Amino acid sequence: MRVASCSAMDGCTSMTDASHREAPSAPTSDNRLKRSIQAFAQPRLTLIPADSTASRALVIVIAIMTFLATLTGGSAMLIYQASQNWNSAISREMTIQVKPQLGRDIEADVRKAADLARMPGFADVRIFSREESSRLLEPWLGAGLDLSELPVPRLIVLKIDPGGRPDLAALREQLSKQVPNAALDDHHIWLERLSTMSRALVVVAVIILLLVLLAMVLAVAFATRGAMAGSREIIDVLHFVGAPNRFIAAEFQRHFLKLGLRGGLIGGGFALVVFYLAGLLTAWWIASPEASQVEALFGRFALGALGYLTIIVLSAAIALLTAAMSRSVVLRRLRRMN
Amino acid sequence: MVRFENVGLRYGMGTEVLKDISFSVEPQSFQFLTGPSGAGKTTLLRLILMSLKPTRGFISLFGQDASQLTKDDISAIRRRIGVVFQDFRLLDHLTTYENVALPLFVQGQEESTYRPQVVELLRWVGLGDHIHSYPPVLSGGEKQRAAIARALIVQPELLLADEPTGNVDPTLARRLLRLFMELNKSGTSVVIATHDLALMDQFEDARRFVLGDGRLHIYD
Repeated sequence: MRVASCSAMDGCTSMTDASHREAPSAPTSDNRLKRSIQAFAQPRLTLIPADSTASRALVIVIAIMTFLATLTGGSAMLIYQASQNWNSAISREMTIQVKPQLGRDIEADVRKAADLARMPGFADVRIFSREESSRLLEPWLGAGLDLSELPVPRLIVLKIDPGGRPDLAALREQLSKQVPNAALDDHHIWLERLSTMSRALVVVAVIILLLVLLAMVLAVAFATRGAMAGSREIIDVLHFVGAPNRFIAAEFQRHFLKLGLRGGLIGGGFALVVFYLAGLLTAWWIASPEASQVEALFGRFALGALGYLTIIVLSAAIALLTAAMSRSVVLRRLRRMN
Repeated sequence: MVRFENVGLRYGMGTEVLKDISFSVEPQSFQFLTGPSGAGKTTLLRLILMSLKPTRGFISLFGQDASQLTKDDISAIRRRIGVVFQDFRLLDHLTTYENVALPLFVQGQEESTYRPQVVELLRWVGLGDHIHSYPPVLSGGEKQRAAIARALIVQPELLLADEPTGNVDPTLARRLLRLFMELNKSGTSVVIATHDLALMDQFEDARRFVLGDGRLHIYD
């Protein structure tokens, strides 16, 4: 537009040239991406007022939901990691239990069973001595008792070669023929129970996570409707100046993406701090003997890099979900308004 | 440019507020739309702007049948129309500059390309000192001029103004009319809804659309 050196207040002789502006040419996909990145990076008009009580409340809701979601997700990962560790530790070992039997020399039976177990696929075969076997009973029977008169079973621990596949069926057959009072325990019952329990816990955690996300999506949907009702005049003006519905939806999406990122940053950041501090605290507490037993049973309360990355990704996903949900609600309501 | 044929409008099951409206707005024409308060001036402007659908009749906008337009078509047509609302409709959380630049922003133009143009137009309408002011601190006349600047910034082919001088003193009203006449000379068709007879008398060459009892009478 060419404007002459005059003003509406003082009068003028000419105002514009007659040529009308041409519509901007259709952008290519590369240009569109470039423009989207530039548009997001540069300061621009904020058509939906950013700082309102409703927006602040929504940021808090998203932060709480993100915290709960990431806490649930992180806990599920911890459970899964612990069960996997336990699983692999148990599955790397097997035991042969030799029960005392009248008329049989248990020491000879133990040696015989150990000799049978020295076959390809096992990296190590170790016989637990009588004293070691007795010590295993101390937690239940107490220390200082003479267990020599008791028929305490003897154990042989077999370590499986990481690359090997021992022929368990053959070993079982040989044991039943030559040492009938010996039994091979490959811990499969424990493993099955353990994996069932860990799977159930992970499923429960995923369900809780989905419920938290559902609650958050509903909160965002209501907040979007509220924001639209409060921005009715803005929407009208945008329509009158030729803004298509997708432009208006994109503005709301941008607005809610910012709120989602803010909420996700707070909630996810808080969850990261909680997991980090919990890891530090357990590392400090783990120095005690009781804690060592708990650690042996349940693993360490430390997430690891993948866990922290999962929390960050989950927080970002929640922000994106917030934006996508608001866009969907806005488009639906604009269609109704039209 | 705009053609109405036997257009009627009723709200719900009520009586028709506009009956058998037929007229056309030619390119580079200037017309006043007048009539008593409540005669339906604003309603007629809203029909042109397609924010209302007629209950009967035919409307053509820029050569296209209005009943066949998609939402995107309507948006594209609205970009060719500048509107000045009676109640200004400025967005209070945007500065005067941002309000005026809004149509260009909606068109996806880069700020660097339109900033000098917006600033120049604001100076031209006498708001050079209020570029960074927010509407709540502007006077009625200043808001009116900002609203007019917003309508003009896209160099519309058609300008619709609803009581554009309703909130300003007679001197400013004359100056604003002069502004619309200049715009018309540059090629824009202008439709001004007003019941200010003194204003209309200043431009006797303009056509007059008079609304009364829901019917339109045209005086060329």
